[in-house]
Amino acid sequence: MSKSRAFIPLLAFLALAGLFYFVLMKMGKGEYNPRDIPTEFIGRPAPSIDLPNLLDENDRVKSSDYAGKVWLVNVWGTWCPECWKEHEYLMHLSRQGVPILGIDWRDEKADAIDFLKQKGNPFVEVGFDPNSDAAIDWGVYGAPETFLIDAEGIVREKHAGALYPQVWQEKFAKYFHAQQPTE
Amino acid sequence: MRFIVREATAVKAFALVLGLCMGANALASVDTYEFSDPGQQALYLDLVQELRCLVCQNQNIADSNAELAQDLRRKTYEMIKKGENKDQIVEFMVARYGDFVMYSPPFKATTLMLWVGPVLIFILAVAMLVRVIRRRPSSNDRLLSDEQRQRAEQLLNQTEEK
Repeated sequence: MSKSRAFIPLLAFLALAGLFYFVLMKMGKGEYNPRDIPTEFIGRPAPSIDLPNLLDENDRVKSSDYAGKVWLVNVWGTWCPECWKEHEYLMHLSRQGVPILGIDWRDEKADAIDFLKQKGNPFVEVGFDPNSDAAIDWGVYGAPETFLIDAEGIVREKHAGALYPQVWQEKFAKYFHAQQPTE
Repeated sequence: MRFIVREATAVKAFALVLGLCMGANALASVDTYEFSDPGQQALYLDLVQELRCLVCQNQNIADSNAELAQDLRRKTYEMIKKGENKDQIVEFMVARYGDFVMYSPPFKATTLMLWVGPVLIFILAVAMLVRVIRRRPSSNDRLLSDEQRQRAEQLLNQTEEK
């Protein structure tokens, strides 16, 4: 009896160590982020967007123009390193015909225009949001964040952090296979 | 001499810390919003205490200087100026950022463990403590029975003889 009791602290230690290792591994793989905040928008109608067009002062970017198709909203800024990282993949998606509306968040206009000129523009349109109006409307708390909106205007997916092929395959790709011929 | 130098350093360090604290305060009050209506002012101060900064997650938006906190303060200000009441503003924030945006989350199924967990763990700890204390023999108890004592004496004597 007393002998087996002596092992209780060791077992407790092993159990905790196992738990910590498991969680750290999940974090390492990017499957779990303790700072993630569950989004409120999945399954709910997308908030409407009405922003000045970054590249055309006389134009406005409106979400109503996207009604009836599956499209993405990508919140980014030139100040955000992860946005630089995912840019190439957004270019790839754009060449595949995925419509992406960009929201340039809390940025310097000149910097943002330069960025798109030099690295290419993966967006159908870019709304300029220096005062976080759209960002708050969409419950954005960091960049980049990517939302998928279906043909009925319902938000179906959200990803916080850079978009990369694995995330795309797991979360987003299925919404496009239905309506587009596979590559 | 050495002592004086040290003291001077200490004074400088103290002044530096003080300056930093005051600097932080000065920063925090940069975007203090003015209301003509004291009721609105009170509502604003109440709300910025209750809303959580989502970037620096252990601070409310009053304490945080993160850009998102600044944005949310401005949004709160604008909504109050428009005449919206506390429930409307809280509803607006929760609809976008979830219960997480409330510094004290509401009591419901998904937050049950958050509220009840610490109490449960406390009760468990007290129960274990009581058990351990009860099991421990009090100092008045005799540790060995008379028979055991005799046997022990025998054994001790044996070794001495050797």
